[in-house]
Amino acid sequence: MTDQAPILEVRDLSVSLPISGRMVPVVTDLSMSISPGEAVALVGESGCGKSMTARAIIGLPPPGAVVSGSIRLEGRELTTLSPRERRRVGGRGIGFIFQEPMTSLHPTLSIGQQMTDALRYNLNLPTRVARDRARELLARVGLPKERDLLNAYVHELSGGMRQRVMIAMAISCNPKLVIADEPTTALDVTIQAQVLELLIAMRAEIGLAMLYISHDLEVVAEFCDRAIVMYAGDQVEAGTPVECLKMPHHPYTRGLVDAIPHAGEARARLSPIPGQVPSLGSWPRGCRFQPRCPRQDDRCATRPELATVVRSEVRCWHPLVGEVS
Amino acid sequence: MTDALLDVAGLSKSFHQVHAVRDVGFTIGRGETFGIVGESGSGKSTTARLVLRLVEPTRGVIRFRGQDLATLSKEALRRERRHMQMIFQDPFGSLNGRMTIEQLIAEPMEVHHIGDSVERRRRVGQLLAEVGLPEAARHRFPHEFSGGQRQRIAIARALATEPQLIVADEPVSALDVSVQAQVLNLLLDLQQRHGLALLFISHDLRVVEFMCDRIAVMYLGTVVEEGPKAEIYAEPRHPYTRALLESAPGRARKGAPLKGDIPSAANLPTGCVFQSRCPRAFDRCTHEAPQPRAVAPSHRVACHLAEE
Repeated sequence: MTDQAPILEVRDLSVSLPISGRMVPVVTDLSMSISPGEAVALVGESGCGKSMTARAIIGLPPPGAVVSGSIRLEGRELTTLSPRERRRVGGRGIGFIFQEPMTSLHPTLSIGQQMTDALRYNLNLPTRVARDRARELLARVGLPKERDLLNAYVHELSGGMRQRVMIAMAISCNPKLVIADEPTTALDVTIQAQVLELLIAMRAEIGLAMLYISHDLEVVAEFCDRAIVMYAGDQVEAGTPVECLKMPHHPYTRGLVDAIPHAGEARARLSPIPGQVPSLGSWPRGCRFQPRCPRQDDRCATRPELATVVRSEVRCWHPLVGEVS
Repeated sequence: MTDALLDVAGLSKSFHQVHAVRDVGFTIGRGETFGIVGESGSGKSTTARLVLRLVEPTRGVIRFRGQDLATLSKEALRRERRHMQMIFQDPFGSLNGRMTIEQLIAEPMEVHHIGDSVERRRRVGQLLAEVGLPEAARHRFPHEFSGGQRQRIAIARALATEPQLIVADEPVSALDVSVQAQVLNLLLDLQQRHGLALLFISHDLRVVEFMCDRIAVMYLGTVVEEGPKAEIYAEPRHPYTRALLESAPGRARKGAPLKGDIPSAANLPTGCVFQSRCPRAFDRCTHEAPQPRAVAPSHRVACHLAEE
């Protein structure tokens, strides 16, 4: 981490959702900070709470959710703002890119309309200036200039083009931070590579800080500075993605690494994690990975705190220290 | 090949103006795993369905166990289906939610008149054990199981008729990685134990590399490269295969990513299908479609520059 004041600082973030009449925790005591220009990945399987964390940060948790803890954007506490102020601060300061551009872009408003609305609302630009800026942004994310995309609708665009429009919108108000929730998961691999390259270029060009949500540790290892691995609402490990892949300390992280077939590997058996991710509302006490963990013992009935292991932060009583062969 | 279990040649399927699959050919030996890799619109899923004649081909020959499936009567085809089964991507949509697990697994045996009801029930127990599910699962319903467990149920159902070929269309794509590994291991175990051949369809290059002996790479309805997995992964010869492999996570990226989008199958480029995105395209590619040519024993590439 650099010595600069962080762009985003999250302390003890917890989120619960109402599920069949009771409040069920989905994220517990998550803390992280992102410095200017830094890319942090939130990695985990479905139901680990990674998307819910993002939604809590941008102030759009699902209805009925209870969010506690502190979220500071450039030193300013967001959780105590009124919804109106929060939209103001968040709209300008944070850009979002969602997994499915088809559902997050408006189907019956033209691309130009959607882009200029955001520019006018957040930056108070006059319509004509906003339109020029929108056109400029579309060119910047590599969309063909020949095509008049401002008057196009989402359904006329391919998946890759839609995601480029999403990126253009996310950076349109000069945010300091972009949150991207699985932005390439729904795309084909060759298109995925294009979008990733664009995100990496944007980061270098405008010094964006990024929170990148993914289920794939190998994807984030290509460009993120740090990775936070989540399991059942808990941060279980944080370190550089390369460290997480080469020397995972938490048995869950190790399990994830061993479960992916790696390049050049064939026909031996993979080492899956036994059992399955516990469903919401039935997380075990103590360490939540304990029922599936090969290193589990009596101590694991108490929830471990995050502690430093070699160069990473790990929530485990029995962390591993060896390298992955 | 005389000992081929499945031999497909010139297989094509058009839906009105859309040429979903064009002139696809490959063979699968007994006990072999053959992978088809491709992105959306490549025709890989249609190919899988054509092979089982779940979709009627427009043209082409499918020889399975030495017989041309197209010439079989309806009744003979129905009987032959016993030897080929399919596993789908979505374990939620492919199992009837109103049937118990026992009914689901026994159904293919009933359809093919295998055993009596007592024998079938006994066999369900055996199959449950084989796919790693508890005996008690038989009286429960699909919705009581997780995605990984449902895929195990689908596998048990596919195994019920003791097929020689299983066509698996993206069987682990909907599963989390930790569970994905369990299902892949199971497929490998079963294949070894029963000498099954697998036609494995996937967009995930890591999974395909792990599972397959030989692969075909499809782009816009055609096979652009086909051959031994190890050879193709080590030294891809078609520019599309190269780009595809370089785009995969966890592999070193050498060149810039491919430009542009996959064209629509309703509006194919002239000449080579890949021409509009190919970094090496030249004049000839715009008007002449390259024919697949052997670059090594059982390794074919459809590119004018395949030899370079």
